[in-house]
Amino acid sequence: MTNKISDETIEYVSILAQLELTEQEKQDAKADMEKMLNYIDTLNELNTEGIEPMSHVFPVKNVFREDIVINGDGSEDTLANAPLKKDNSFKVPKTIG
Amino acid sequence: MAKQYETVIGLEVHVELATKTKIFCSCSTEFGGTPNTHTCPVCTGMPGALPVLNRQVVEYAAAIGLAANCEITRVCKFDRKNYFYPDNPQNYQISQLYLPIAKNGYVEIDAGGTKKKIRIHEMHMEEDAGKLIHDEWDDTTLVDYNRSGVPLVEIVSEPDMHSSDEVTAYLEKLRTIIQYLGASDCKLQEGSMRVDVNLSVRETGMKEYRTRTEMKNLNSFKAIARAIEGERTRQIELLEAGKKVVQETRRWDDNKEASYAMRSKEDAKDYRYFPEPDLVPIVISEEWLERIRERQPQMRDEKIKRYKKEFDIPQYDAEIITSSRHMADIFEETSAICKKPKKVSNWLMVETMRLLKEYGMEPEEISFSPKNLAKLIQLTESGIINNSVAKAVFEKIFTDDVEPDRYVEEHKLGNVSDEGELLKVLQKVIAENPQAVVDYKGGKEKALGALVGQTMKAMKGKADPGMVHKKLRELL
Amino acid sequence: MDITSMTAAELGERIKNRELSAVEAVKAYLVQIDRLESDVHSFVTVDQEGALKRAREIQKKIDKEQLFGPLAGVPVAVKDNLCTKGMLTTCSSGMLENFSPAFTAEAVKKLENAGAVIIGKTNMDEFAMGSTTETSYFGVTRNPWNLKHVPGGSSGGSCAAVAAEECAFALGSDTGGSIRQPSSFCGVTGIKPTYGTVSRYGLIAYGSSLDQIGPVARDVTDCAVILEVIASHDPKDSTSMQRETYDFTSALVDDVKGMRIGIPQDYFTEGLDKEVERHIQHAAKVLEEKGAIVEEFDLSLVKYAIPAYYVIASAEAGSNLSRFDGVKYGYRTPEYEGLHSMYKKSRSEGFGAEVKRRIMLGSFVLSSGYYDAYYLKALKTKALIKQAFDKAFQKYDIILAPAAPTTAPKLGASLNDPLKMYLGDIYTVSVNLAGLPGISIPVGTDSKGLPVGMQIIGSCFDEVKLLRAAYAYEQTKIYERPNLVKKGQGEERALMEGGRENGKAV
Repeated sequence: MTNKISDETIEYVSILAQLELTEQEKQDAKADMEKMLNYIDTLNELNTEGIEPMSHVFPVKNVFREDIVINGDGSEDTLANAPLKKDNSFKVPKTIG
Repeated sequence: MAKQYETVIGLEVHVELATKTKIFCSCSTEFGGTPNTHTCPVCTGMPGALPVLNRQVVEYAAAIGLAANCEITRVCKFDRKNYFYPDNPQNYQISQLYLPIAKNGYVEIDAGGTKKKIRIHEMHMEEDAGKLIHDEWDDTTLVDYNRSGVPLVEIVSEPDMHSSDEVTAYLEKLRTIIQYLGASDCKLQEGSMRVDVNLSVRETGMKEYRTRTEMKNLNSFKAIARAIEGERTRQIELLEAGKKVVQETRRWDDNKEASYAMRSKEDAKDYRYFPEPDLVPIVISEEWLERIRERQPQMRDEKIKRYKKEFDIPQYDAEIITSSRHMADIFEETSAICKKPKKVSNWLMVETMRLLKEYGMEPEEISFSPKNLAKLIQLTESGIINNSVAKAVFEKIFTDDVEPDRYVEEHKLGNVSDEGELLKVLQKVIAENPQAVVDYKGGKEKALGALVGQTMKAMKGKADPGMVHKKLRELL
Repeated sequence: MDITSMTAAELGERIKNRELSAVEAVKAYLVQIDRLESDVHSFVTVDQEGALKRAREIQKKIDKEQLFGPLAGVPVAVKDNLCTKGMLTTCSSGMLENFSPAFTAEAVKKLENAGAVIIGKTNMDEFAMGSTTETSYFGVTRNPWNLKHVPGGSSGGSCAAVAAEECAFALGSDTGGSIRQPSSFCGVTGIKPTYGTVSRYGLIAYGSSLDQIGPVARDVTDCAVILEVIASHDPKDSTSMQRETYDFTSALVDDVKGMRIGIPQDYFTEGLDKEVERHIQHAAKVLEEKGAIVEEFDLSLVKYAIPAYYVIASAEAGSNLSRFDGVKYGYRTPEYEGLHSMYKKSRSEGFGAEVKRRIMLGSFVLSSGYYDAYYLKALKTKALIKQAFDKAFQKYDIILAPAAPTTAPKLGASLNDPLKMYLGDIYTVSVNLAGLPGISIPVGTDSKGLPVGMQIIGSCFDEVKLLRAAYAYEQTKIYERPNLVKKGQGEERALMEGGRENGKAV
């Protein structure tokens, strides 16, 4: 199977990824993605029936914190690298709603 | 004949859990405060920061799941929900999709006298977002992450409701359960309980569901009821006009009593969920579940039954008292001390409710201690103070939790028990009110009341009216 | 005394014995950096003043005998994706050009507590995405063995800095081979520990389920010593493991008698450079002669590791890097109209081409309708690969393999064909997928004079066996240094003497 990535798909994925690509970048992305997906499709040769998908490689479980307040006022550090701030808050373009 | 339509409603209810710290970091969950003061690298999505789960969140979520008759998922996991928005510092929310903590539950509601089960599809844990504040001055948005990372449980019902009455009954039921567990205060106005309404309409008798919309920004039970009516009407109008209902999220404006679509081409609604690699699975053992079960308090329905049976409290009173776990606790503790449940119930039903209304307070905010109410009841029962004094003292208990015996003593409010003094006053009152005496003797019972009143006044209220009554009759 | 040619352990020992001071050590390295940085460009940030100040503080503690560990006073370079409080941490990205973290990564903190002196932050592929260190926003790092060649990546700066003797040792991170491959290209020793051994707290994530921090050093002993310092069970990292033991140095014994070594014959296929193959086979023979039992076997599934890896790593990266949006930190585009324009322009201008390529792929494989076909399939493949290794380790104590199919390619040769670059990760990525430890040690140079690295893969939590085999092999060989470093030694001495504080003779 050969993957064909449409212009719409590139447009859609760039919305998901919040990236603005130039025409050239879109064409490159299309070619790159088709090539990668064709390569990734070799996984289809592999029979994975009945195999549990493995997200964590070791069976670690139940890692918890106790419900105790430790952190104090962290606002200075939180805002230290802010590109724009005002009134101890991050400033961003107006959001809808 | 016009077509009949049925409304089909499912709810997504977000509840902020009453933990001291956030779900993945040791920052305080305290409401409000200067922006960004309750933040750290974890809840502001700083590069390199990692989440660590608060155990109490799991305990509360499992407790709610059990109370709502859900199956608890023994191995549950967190997933990432990816979407860009400034209130979401990582631009992904840590939530649960594939293995939520609880599923397949139900709660029983009583809407208009008929009992009905509302099924719960699933219940999951997730983190809250920060707050966006519109800055009028330069028309921008300010972002405050104090609320970012506050633990939430989202409870997703099946589309089992058909009216705003059922919705209200379901929400009240959920709220009571969660408040009883101490897992949240569930305040709609303050946002610790948030409700999204999924609604569609269909012709009565139709089996399939039609396209639904999701309504957000509902801040009160009244707003929810209005939004349901509004959306039902809007959808019926669309259908009648031969148009289609579009699956979309709509924002309710309660002032305008109208909703509008929150559409945006940037909002693809494709959340690309995948297992959160920074958190490990939660395995809930039978022993752990058993410990949570053992700690579950008696729920409201059982309490109502028990109050009726054990204490002979009327259904209506039992419902009022148990509407808040806090009030029910006060009732039970006070009764246990003074052994007069009916008297306790009376004080709660009449004076407490009156004062709550007067001060604009919720039952949760009652701050007096059961031992003081119990003492007050003992003081009245043993005739040390009379009812009107008792009411005055109760106000002080309600506002300042005063110790009634000390207060009565300090303010010399006790009934005068010296019979000699009472007799003296009585004789004086009889002497000064000859007409009343004549009237009484002439058969006017009312006149006696006037004499009692005069006596009480002369005694500055510190007499037992029953005793005054008795002595007056004897003298006359 | 030639300070910069010592291993970290030797230098630490001298400082401990008061033959040298921490300040002298830092000065010597600063001189070396000054001499070679314009050629090699291993660093994004060299914190000259800060390093000297810290060295003086540490020396005071050493004098008061408050610090006596093996790394006290030893200069270290840290990969620029590890957060250092108050010191720029850029991930070699324009996105984080001015980012100064509020906290220090746990692994770095462990080094600081042990008295190591951070002299700077090393160059890398942008956000650790790449195999050549050419995707850095700050320009390429060159291979000290041949400046026309790449140092490998993504920890190319760390490995080049160690090879060029610009630091006594360095920290790197390894998601799909990013410590082992550049170690191999630069002729140094680098280990990727078992997943969960070193806390990831403060490591700016690329692929969270695969990322591990590890040491890059001159020899195996240094690697064991450093690993002992940085490994810990950290409650701030939920995936951090409580290991039975954190003793790695007792593995340093020259004895492989009876050790069962497997060589996956399916690694020795057409893609493998003949010279590299010859070196690995020779090294295997050396170990066999020392008493190990060497056997070829079929590991299987080799060709599925890279596709599975790129699906998983890209998916995680796409999500991990979504936090860089111009709101809280990092680059914000100067001109925008509205929120989404701000997001898109900031991200598009702030990220380089390779990062954008992987974010796009990652977003695609998780998008509606493709999750099962790509992401779940990759997770199932990962499970199978883990099983294959588990099976192999029932039979063998360690596995020998190349670290990379070739020696370091020329600058610019890999960038125009991403897929070809990805294929270079064939021997390393499966180790990350299975969470295993792996080390790369130099086993010689090819006809072009470029180093060849051998990878030793261990079973999970079994760094000890891998270290022992590596150590035993190392005993048969002298440490080779790049000409660039050797050439300048006379010059370096002169500079050093001038730079010394108390004017004592070398």
